[in-house]
Amino acid sequence: MLQRLRTQRGPQLALLLTLWVVLGRLFAGNWTFPLDRSSLTPFHTWLGNGMDSIDANRNTNPIMSNVVEGIRNGIDGFVAALQNLLSQPPAGHQFPLVGWLGVIAIVTWVVYATANWRVATLAGIGFYALGALGFWTESMDTLALVIAAVVIALIIGIPLGILSGLFPRFEKLMTPFLDFAQVMPTFVYLMPVALFFLIGPASATIVTLIYAIPPALRITAVAIRGVPTVTVEAGTSLGTTRWQLLRKVQLPQAKRTIVVGINQTIMAALSMVTIAALIDAPGLGQVVVQSLQKLDVGTSFQAGLAIVVMAIVLDRATTAAAAKVQRESVQAARTRLRRRLGLGIGFVGVVVAVLVSYFTVFGAQFQGSGFIGLPFADAMQAGADWVQLHWSNATSWYTDLISNWFLNPLQSALVGTPWFLTGAVVLALAYMFGGPRLTAVCALLLAVLVGTGLWSDAMVTLAATFFAAAITIVLGVFFGAWMGRNHRVDSILRPVLDAGQVLPAFVYLVPFLGLFGATRFTAILAAVVYAAPASVKLIADGVRGVPQTIREAALSAGANTWQVITKVELPMARHAIALATNQGLIYVLAMVVVGGLVGAGGLGYLVVAGFAQSSLRGKGMAAGLAIVVLGILIDRITQAASQPRVRASIGNGH
Amino acid sequence: MTIRLHGGVLIAAAASLVLTACGAASTSSSSTTTTSASATTSASAAACGTFNMAINPWVGYEANAAVIKYVAEKQLGCTVTTKNISEQVAWQGFATGEIDAIVENWGHTDLVKKYITDQKVAVDFGPTGNEGIIGWYVPPWMAQKYPDITDWKNLNKYASLFKTSESGNLGQFSDGDPAYVTNDEALMKNLKLNFKVVYLGSEAALIQGFRNAETQKKPFIGYFYEPQWFLSEVPLVHIKLPAYTPGCDAVAAKIACDYPPYHLNKVVSVKFANSGSPAVKLIKNFSWTNDDQNLVAKYITVDKMTDDQAAAKWVAANQAKVDAWLK
Repeated sequence: MLQRLRTQRGPQLALLLTLWVVLGRLFAGNWTFPLDRSSLTPFHTWLGNGMDSIDANRNTNPIMSNVVEGIRNGIDGFVAALQNLLSQPPAGHQFPLVGWLGVIAIVTWVVYATANWRVATLAGIGFYALGALGFWTESMDTLALVIAAVVIALIIGIPLGILSGLFPRFEKLMTPFLDFAQVMPTFVYLMPVALFFLIGPASATIVTLIYAIPPALRITAVAIRGVPTVTVEAGTSLGTTRWQLLRKVQLPQAKRTIVVGINQTIMAALSMVTIAALIDAPGLGQVVVQSLQKLDVGTSFQAGLAIVVMAIVLDRATTAAAAKVQRESVQAARTRLRRRLGLGIGFVGVVVAVLVSYFTVFGAQFQGSGFIGLPFADAMQAGADWVQLHWSNATSWYTDLISNWFLNPLQSALVGTPWFLTGAVVLALAYMFGGPRLTAVCALLLAVLVGTGLWSDAMVTLAATFFAAAITIVLGVFFGAWMGRNHRVDSILRPVLDAGQVLPAFVYLVPFLGLFGATRFTAILAAVVYAAPASVKLIADGVRGVPQTIREAALSAGANTWQVITKVELPMARHAIALATNQGLIYVLAMVVVGGLVGAGGLGYLVVAGFAQSSLRGKGMAAGLAIVVLGILIDRITQAASQPRVRASIGNGH
Repeated sequence: MTIRLHGGVLIAAAASLVLTACGAASTSSSSTTTTSASATTSASAAACGTFNMAINPWVGYEANAAVIKYVAEKQLGCTVTTKNISEQVAWQGFATGEIDAIVENWGHTDLVKKYITDQKVAVDFGPTGNEGIIGWYVPPWMAQKYPDITDWKNLNKYASLFKTSESGNLGQFSDGDPAYVTNDEALMKNLKLNFKVVYLGSEAALIQGFRNAETQKKPFIGYFYEPQWFLSEVPLVHIKLPAYTPGCDAVAAKIACDYPPYHLNKVVSVKFANSGSPAVKLIKNFSWTNDDQNLVAKYITVDKMTDDQAAAKWVAANQAKVDAWLK
């Protein structure tokens, strides 16, 4: 059945594509909604005026003055308290309350307590490296902001996630909001947030929250739903109340996955560091943004590396904590006792270190700040200069090749085809993969996209998105299969992938610009750097999940390595590949705005322009909306397409 | 068990923090170096207080702000809080009370109308002395090799040189930071030039484009402006457009003339202007030349000084100018 479904789909898809290309050529240039850079549609003007009126009423509206001010003061106070501890001296002091020595001791000890010695050592060295890179204070500012955002995100996200896990209807209600929060470019709401919550830590925290709550909420819901029905039913049959069931059965069982959610929340918060710097968030993001202004490649890599180090430490610590939650129940009593002893001794050490950092300048002020960072910055600068000088002829040739042969035809097809033709193809795909319900949803989304008045720009963005996603998938399959098969490759590549995911794009934009110019290709590369790691990791996971017995069976049947990979492992990992495709597209779309900063044009540029020019505010918002619509369309259709198995088996009557 | 353990972790961590808080005596008492500004100031210190200055994201602005901050803190005893934000957010800050001063403003007639004329929360505080020039530029090697390229009438002759993967059959004309209003699309149409305006999206992209063009002798033409630190690295050559006459830019779609010269100015909040702080006079009187600004910008970018070091160096050599602002 499955096989038949798939073979039927091939010709259908081919026919659809051919029709689209032929008819598109035939009517090329008609009904395409072109719009000049500075022209506005009535919808854009309406959005702009709406923002202006909020702007004007800010001071007279009682909700603004009470509720918003309350939230703002609360968050500002929270962040300021954390900063006083970690980074900024409180009034009357010369140093923050806990100096570098104390912070490193506390971090190491907490990681030891929640994870293990190996990761604790990594955490200690990693935090020391932050100072050695020359950014102790900035790193602690960033840490304060991340802690504040993550704590609030969890306070909001976990309860809502539990509700979503328990009540599917509540989850349906939340989904559109979560999609919006994750896909809407931050640039769009940066100004409104700064208007309501003013410039400073509160706004920065809220901007970060908007992006960091969805993973906490979504993963908690998955965790609650993942508790086996049998367990829940057993609990119910024993007559427990719903609340007891939640506390005694579902939450403990879901704990490990919830910790994974905390991990993702932290990563999401860290990825906002640079953007939040645009509304004066303190910390490492400031350094990155300011060195971009001066095209100071060295310093921006130096600060970027500090962000990467912090991300890796926090990621490994929470991942190890999640693993430990799972292991703990089987731990022997003796090991437990030994651990407690270790923790006790360690605690004394922590207290001493904290006291030393409070009372002595040695412990308060990082010693030898930047002794690694400055040579590193110089080396990066020299390397970037050298590469630009010697490679740029080859690279600009390459840019032209890719643009002229692949990107331009794709873009002119998408931009030149009448909107209703492309729309019809989208609806046909939705019907093929998802049935009438999905078709209705997609029709609504398409109507919104047309309504934004930015169809043409959306198609420019879509072309670049498809192209970047294609590169991402190819890289994902290649490196994913390699990593999944070979643990050593995995352990070497994984930190590189982590760096790609958390290094702020602003850091590598300047060298990329030097090599590839301000072109769509540069934007595509930036998107690939960000999106490929997720795809690679997902596919590697999928390949690793292929049972060893099947692999051995294929080998004993005389298959060579190449055949094992292409005929056994990749087909068996196709769910992972489908997921990687879906995530690859969404991640690429998340970089559209960054692309707008380096010559991608399209929706990304409009969002940036809306942030910079008040007359284009409404248009920028509409562009943000268009990006969200594209994101949801792509997500729903690829998700439906990756689940043929379910439909096939339902059709078989299983 | 696990829950108890984790609870213990939190309590222990909290305890160690409380311990530090109970440590009473602050570190500052044991240290000898205080960097407080008030040490060098006279009685006027109390009168000045704190004001918030926006730092808009370009180095020329940073130079103005660095010198004003340095003088206000070191010679008037003020506390200056700086906020790194973009222009629109900065203007919005006048309305929310978060920003007291913008010390290099490029036109922005829409924002002037909104915040100065309509909402009356900000007030124009006069020119900075810097002359802003906006226009079309080519890298110096091109002006040398093709001397007549500097007149717009000859641009079509060279249009094919500027073809790129982004511009199709036309030459690429590069626009940069979206924060600036540009008339370039209208100019291309109205002057019948075979160029396509490509929006690079950021100042960094534009500078990197010009820099590559000069080091590798590649054709490049784009929108740029003075004063700008990059011109001290690569002295771009200005292209002559039909001369600006007042009113020639009245209808956006029909513009066929050069950009107007900009008299860069300072804008402060009404609240600050009425505060009676000595810093009000400093900002009102602050005025220097393009050369002054370029020098400080060079200290910051090329010599990699901090803002404070750069300002200190300039002030030490120009105390007479500073005294004139304080009179």
